[in-house]
Amino acid sequence: MDLNDLIEIAEKENAGAKPIRLRCCTAAGCLSQQGDAVKNALQQAVADAGMSDRVEVIGVGCMGLCSAGPLVKVDPDGALFEQVQPEQCASIIASLNGGGPASASVGSDDIPFFSKQHPIVLENSGRINPERIESYIATGGYQALYHSLRDMAPADVVEEISKSGLRGRGGAGFPTGLKWATVAKMTAERKYIVCNADEGDPGAFMDRSVLESDPHRVLEGMAIAAYAVGATQGFVYVRGEYPLAIARLKTAIQQARRMGLLGTQIFESPFDFRVDLRIGAGAFVCGEETALLRSIEGQRGTPRPRPPFPAQSGLWGYPTLINNVETFANIAPIVTRGSEWFSGIGTEKSKGTKVFALAGKVTNTGLIEVPMGTPLRTIVEEMGGGVPDGKVKAVQTGGPSGGCIPAAHLDTPVDYESLAKLGSIMGSGGMIVMDQSDNMVGVAKFFMEFCMDESCGKCVPCRAGTAQIHKILSKITDGLATSADLDTLRSLCEMVKSTSLCGLGQSAPNPVLSTLRYYPDEYQACIDGGATAEASA
Amino acid sequence: MAVKTLTIDGKAISAREEQTILQAARENGITIPTLCQLNGTSDIGACRLCLVEVAGIPKLLPACVTRVGEGMEVSTDSERIREYRKMIVELLFAERNHVCAACVENGHCELQDLAISVGMDHSRYDYMNPKCAVDITHPRYGIDHNRCVLCGRCVRVCDEIEGAHTWDFQGRGANTRTISDMFVPWGQAASCTSCGKCVQACPTGAIFRRGSTVAEMKKDRTRLDFIVTAREKKQWIA
Amino acid sequence: MDRVRLATIWLGGCSGCHMSFLDLDEFLIDLADIVDVVYGPVVDPKEYPDNVDICLIEGAVCSDEHIHHVKNIRAKTKIVVAFGDCAVTGNVPAMRNPLGKIGPILQEIYCDRPETQGQMPGEKGLMPVLIDTVVPVHQVIKVDAFLPGCPPPAARIKEFVQLALSGAEPKLQGSGLKPG
Repeated sequence: MDLNDLIEIAEKENAGAKPIRLRCCTAAGCLSQQGDAVKNALQQAVADAGMSDRVEVIGVGCMGLCSAGPLVKVDPDGALFEQVQPEQCASIIASLNGGGPASASVGSDDIPFFSKQHPIVLENSGRINPERIESYIATGGYQALYHSLRDMAPADVVEEISKSGLRGRGGAGFPTGLKWATVAKMTAERKYIVCNADEGDPGAFMDRSVLESDPHRVLEGMAIAAYAVGATQGFVYVRGEYPLAIARLKTAIQQARRMGLLGTQIFESPFDFRVDLRIGAGAFVCGEETALLRSIEGQRGTPRPRPPFPAQSGLWGYPTLINNVETFANIAPIVTRGSEWFSGIGTEKSKGTKVFALAGKVTNTGLIEVPMGTPLRTIVEEMGGGVPDGKVKAVQTGGPSGGCIPAAHLDTPVDYESLAKLGSIMGSGGMIVMDQSDNMVGVAKFFMEFCMDESCGKCVPCRAGTAQIHKILSKITDGLATSADLDTLRSLCEMVKSTSLCGLGQSAPNPVLSTLRYYPDEYQACIDGGATAEASA
Repeated sequence: MAVKTLTIDGKAISAREEQTILQAARENGITIPTLCQLNGTSDIGACRLCLVEVAGIPKLLPACVTRVGEGMEVSTDSERIREYRKMIVELLFAERNHVCAACVENGHCELQDLAISVGMDHSRYDYMNPKCAVDITHPRYGIDHNRCVLCGRCVRVCDEIEGAHTWDFQGRGANTRTISDMFVPWGQAASCTSCGKCVQACPTGAIFRRGSTVAEMKKDRTRLDFIVTAREKKQWIA
Repeated sequence: MDRVRLATIWLGGCSGCHMSFLDLDEFLIDLADIVDVVYGPVVDPKEYPDNVDICLIEGAVCSDEHIHHVKNIRAKTKIVVAFGDCAVTGNVPAMRNPLGKIGPILQEIYCDRPETQGQMPGEKGLMPVLIDTVVPVHQVIKVDAFLPGCPPPAARIKEFVQLALSGAEPKLQGSGLKPG
């Protein structure tokens, strides 16, 4: 396999494309609404209409607008059909043949939800068939890996990633280049690459979507990383709740291995890289890197104190580079288009784009990718279409580790530092919109219950502290609390935040602290009036 | 061997570079409270009682796993740390059913000692009253989960010193339980050698010798030190 | 100098703390010079009086009657003391908490056991109604000082009472805090 082979496959793939292509979403969101039945019905309708010679139906990944699924997009004329039912498929095919308008509702991709996006990570998502490696290669896939292996020294790759300003997309925002450089500098007989796909925040589905829609992009990013830091073995740690992502990753790994894009002597270079899957068993804490590594080793998934960081001592004590799915998905474009291109997008300290999962009380729920620094208002009100029949009260970012940002701060640009200033975090990209009917004490209680249940039980503040915080919040929502309980709540939150062993406990109080900060009246009202509030997040 | 100089609570001390802050403090007669730490087994930084402040670092650091550094200024007893430690001990007492009056370890218990040393006169937190089992299927020993603080000392002593790995944890959060083998009653745990190291390692009355009554159980940690010294220094001395 | 008005009460506990108080021996005679015991198991009054200076509460809060008592005590007392482990932590009476709600527990003990053919205790207005969860006193009312121990040794009680009578904050230190 060399560059010419790649180009040949791409040309063949593009030449084989039929004049009219119907892209049918087969990611988990649309599949849950009969997306596969729609795809089958479309194929049947094409065959019935005798149009198989010029029309093809392609199963693709997520197109983003999950609330309007199942989605079908027609190339090249660009029509977008929403909420397609299998029985409408015949009329869609007929409409292609001049048979009058289709009975399915027609959407537009000229709405802010699409037009304000800047897809890099998601650029192939919803366009290519995630189950065919040729489809990825046709977009120029694996050429970045070729370019790295043949034209760049490992140090050049690290340098390029450093210059791009890419920061970890898992939540903490650690500079990716610095992490790579650390692992690259370690001398060890072996090193590992780990892709963290244990996405567990309630309301977050960015990584799932990337894996379901464009798995090769992630594998290529991992391979480039392995070359850059000198690793030969990689693991993708996917949560067991993502069966489709697992299946597509398995297929992708198999295909890449068969084509010699993974395995030994990739592109006839001395570089070997093997990727294996590891499936998580449902513990949220396994998204924490040291717990994840222990889980891969086959041990109980509990975090350990850092240092030593995984970059120094990770899997089985060897230097390990661990990045998130979205981080790896950014690598190939940076190598192909250059760090300058990438660092031209975003803000001074937060470069590139970020994928967000919009959920909650918002008209357009789904996945979006916007440049860093995009104001929250643009995301929630313009792209998300705001709250149906209501007003935005707050936006919760960062999941159970994040905080609630009140509507008054909607003009805040979304980047790592600005969100931290407001008492929230970027997190992995979950964004839950809340309206006036949502009670913020209930929201805080919901997230605290999540953290309490997901605490691994190793350190005392997180294990016992989150349980006490939850108990106090329950007292508050049950109208049984006093002002003294509010003081205890505050002091416990500060203590759990300052003393917990890992990120789970250190950030677990954030939803409480941020709602206490912005909505003290709602807490006080529960105490004064004994009002009952329930989570509606 | 490199030596670092640092100050702990204003006292200038020197320590070998591989030593932790906790080891350096102890060598110099400075007490930092601990619970999960047990000499001879690996340090896990779980109980958070040994958290200290280091000048220039905003985070609190666990002394048991933090190596000494040149010029480090460590503070082990600030008001903030004292308050956090007290809260941690109160949380432990509220978490399970610690009834000192009815406990074999009463008077010799590390948890009780901690309560005294942090100045706890009551727990400000609601008692959780969890339902916990007592396992007395083993012919010589028993485990009462009501008194377990999940420090993991039994797990590590069994794995790292005895080499049996009978103990481990099951479940998570407040539902975490110490289990023997694959969650079988202790008496049926095939890997258990009945060596009793876990009994000596347990800081509370959770693991006890059967037949002991209130306040009778006194653990002898020197037995563990003896074995560790023998292994590490090849000398049969206590 | 006004004589100090001292009260004691025995809630859900074994009376061991009161016994330990009696172990103060000759110090009791010194106390009698400056203290009036205005309420408690060792004296006669049936109603808790007003203007009590110090009240030692022994025992955990186990019933509606106990709740009534401690609230009444709080309203009429300057310094409320949780006296002994039951009052401080719930201790032995609280050992029933993990077993669940009180109804099924009483049902099993009084009716379901083969050796009993009893009936549920609960004559209205006669028997206090047990609450589902036994709690320490400070979870019902504000407590000013804690005197742990099961029972607190007489020497610890003496130290505590002397502190309280001297007007200093009656806060024990060191081994005086040992529960059990």
